[in-house]
Amino acid sequence: MATPTPTATLDLAACFPGAVSADARPGYKGWIIEKDKLVEVATAIRDELGYDHLTAVTGVDYLPEGKMEVVYNAFKTTGGPVLTFKVQVPRIDPVEVPSVTSVWPGAEFQEREAWDLMGIKFTNHPDLRRILMWEGFEGHPLRKDWKEAFYEEDAKPFKSRWPEGRHVMAEERSPFKDNITFPKDFDPEKWVPEGEEALYGALAKYQTEEDGLKTDHIVINMGPQHPSTHGVFRVALTVDGETIVSLKPVMGYLHRNHDKIGERNTFLQNMPFTDRLDYFNSMSNNFGYAVAVEKLMNIQVSERAEYIRVIMAELSRIQNHLVFIGMLGNDLGMMYTPALYAFEERELVLDIFEAASGSRMMCNYFRFGGVVRDLPEGVLQKINDLVFERLPGKVDELDRMLTENEVFISRMKGVKVIDAENAIRYSITGPVLRAAGVPYDIRRADPYSVYDRFDFDVAVRQNGDLMDNYLIRLDEVRQSLRILQQAVKQIPAGPVMPGKPQYQVRVPAGESYGRVESPKGELGYYVVSNGKPNPWRYHVRPPSFVNITALEQMCIGVKIADFIAILGVIDIVLGELDR
Amino acid sequence: MENEKLTSPGYEIPGELKNVVEITTLDRIYNWGRRSSVWPLMFGLACCAIEMIAAQAARYDMARFGMEVMRPTPRQADMMLVSGTVTKKMVPLIVRLYNQMPEPKYVVAMGACASGGGPFKEGYNVVAGIDKFLPVDVYIPGCPPTPQALIAGMIKLQEKIDKQSLSKVRWYDKKKEDSVYVPVPVLGPDLMDPRRFAEIKAAAAAKEG
Ligand code: SF4
Repeated sequence: MATPTPTATLDLAACFPGAVSADARPGYKGWIIEKDKLVEVATAIRDELGYDHLTAVTGVDYLPEGKMEVVYNAFKTTGGPVLTFKVQVPRIDPVEVPSVTSVWPGAEFQEREAWDLMGIKFTNHPDLRRILMWEGFEGHPLRKDWKEAFYEEDAKPFKSRWPEGRHVMAEERSPFKDNITFPKDFDPEKWVPEGEEALYGALAKYQTEEDGLKTDHIVINMGPQHPSTHGVFRVALTVDGETIVSLKPVMGYLHRNHDKIGERNTFLQNMPFTDRLDYFNSMSNNFGYAVAVEKLMNIQVSERAEYIRVIMAELSRIQNHLVFIGMLGNDLGMMYTPALYAFEERELVLDIFEAASGSRMMCNYFRFGGVVRDLPEGVLQKINDLVFERLPGKVDELDRMLTENEVFISRMKGVKVIDAENAIRYSITGPVLRAAGVPYDIRRADPYSVYDRFDFDVAVRQNGDLMDNYLIRLDEVRQSLRILQQAVKQIPAGPVMPGKPQYQVRVPAGESYGRVESPKGELGYYVVSNGKPNPWRYHVRPPSFVNITALEQMCIGVKIADFIAILGVIDIVLGELDR
Repeated sequence: MENEKLTSPGYEIPGELKNVVEITTLDRIYNWGRRSSVWPLMFGLACCAIEMIAAQAARYDMARFGMEVMRPTPRQADMMLVSGTVTKKMVPLIVRLYNQMPEPKYVVAMGACASGGGPFKEGYNVVAGIDKFLPVDVYIPGCPPTPQALIAGMIKLQEKIDKQSLSKVRWYDKKKEDSVYVPVPVLGPDLMDPRRFAEIKAAAAAKEG
């Protein structure tokens, strides 16, 4: 294999003759790699071309073509556009693709997800179990020929739920009168549950002998109902005394089938569903989806709308980080007081969201090409007051109360979360990556919207410990305030949508991966359109989900109490973790 | 309930004993005590839980109604606030939590998801409403319900508690089998409710294909 020389227009096919070909389908970009050469080429892509950050891995089921495809999106942590490459395999079980976890360990959970939902088997994967559904579940639900019990039609809008003026409940369509389906001649009494042997088997066993004293391991389950797991998240851990020896996250307790529902919806109908991913930041979620689809539609967003979008996204980041700090206080045992301070400010931001969009939390505010409506009168003034007068002082107040706090410092200083090298290997994005010393922020590295017009610094800290992870949130809030202060001054007048608002948008065939820097990291949307009103594939790459791939790495050797804090600083939110 | 209603069961109290003796019924004093300290189980399922937290925080402050003591353990909770989407993977645990709560116990379905599946109803991992498994006392519409709506729902629950009578409540009725205990669903090829095993078997046998 010739050593590839990175050029401005990268030609992978020329670098790896015989192993790579260009993806020639209209509307598609990237490269198709031969299945057997995948790991070899991937290693070269990482080591020689410098794409050290593999952020998104997902499968696509091309049922009519009889193919399954795995799509990889890789980036350089020094910045720059995406490198998309794919592997295609015939759609005949077992569908097998080599795992790239040996090259980018951050692919581990995403490959597990593709196995769980798509039935793509990744050979040489270290721990290929179902991740969102439970072991024993029948079928791989994201396959196009898999239909749920409440299946109605392939695409919305459905013809009618009121045939002859009579309302039909979804329950009436299922033979079980419920959202359940079983194979023919299934007998529940003879069913032997799969159990969780696979999960406990994956945990490292532990036994030591010291001075003739045998120490055995203890397995502890935390969650899904636990006050410190930030929702219905569960971990199984092996501990030696109080020190963690091995840990496996268990998720899917809030798996709401986002992708499957999204593929039935029309493009626009997905917008309110994205609100419910990271439910603290519906504005940022809207942003990512709008960016992805606008890329595919190739349309220009109106000037004023771009500024409104940035204002909303940054306000959202501020309230997210404030709540984060409050909740971190809870995790460290400062019950409620910091959280109450944070929620006070959050309410003021929510007031603005409510005034603009009509809803406090689920804003559904963005449209392709702009935002749904202009800011009502007086709201800009309110934002102005907030970002110039109230919030800077309040952030300083939180800073004063907490940063010098003895308890805070002794709990957090020096407790390592992750170092820079591992953070990159494990595809970590967002504040956790930057706290580890990697100045990687999509707003700068691969600018979208109008972020290149603002003057702000990428917050970065060097130690990667809990304290830095906390401090970086404060830094980011301050940078967001800087952006906001410029944005409210510069915002131009004009329409917020180009042309008339459309109920049904026309999206040309093709694929696109759009991503934004959400408060938690890289929020990416992979959308495939085949020219119909609804997406063929709609996949969300949530930052929380990928960031916890390294959870075991972060927690081995730490105390259980510190584990709670580490989970706290990753800032997971279950709506997007499980989708 | 205001104090007048609490202490006026229809008996005349002689003038000289006024302000010294109060007469009420057992139900009334008992309900008054319970309705003023409804302790919710501290658990959030999804987006609605965030509004639940907001309702606890400064601007809305549920403590005004005696509902701020969130207990993380079901053994100390009076009321389960199902705040979010109930998934098939989660529902066995929710039912187990419910079973562990001591009676009297109430269930409030907060939001569209907990009431009937909400926007995610068609999802393959979503249970179309917690009332498929647990007896729900109050439904709160909204997606998510605002904190005001949540508080209104809680006040409805208080009104419901006011009207209850010890002799009639569900959980002291020995004849009602599932009055305090609901069989825990099982995860098979799909979600299975033990109360419906026979029905599932019959429907699966009748299924074509
Ligand atoms: S009702 Fe709406 S806000 Fe509440 S959990 Fe469901 S989707 Fe989320």
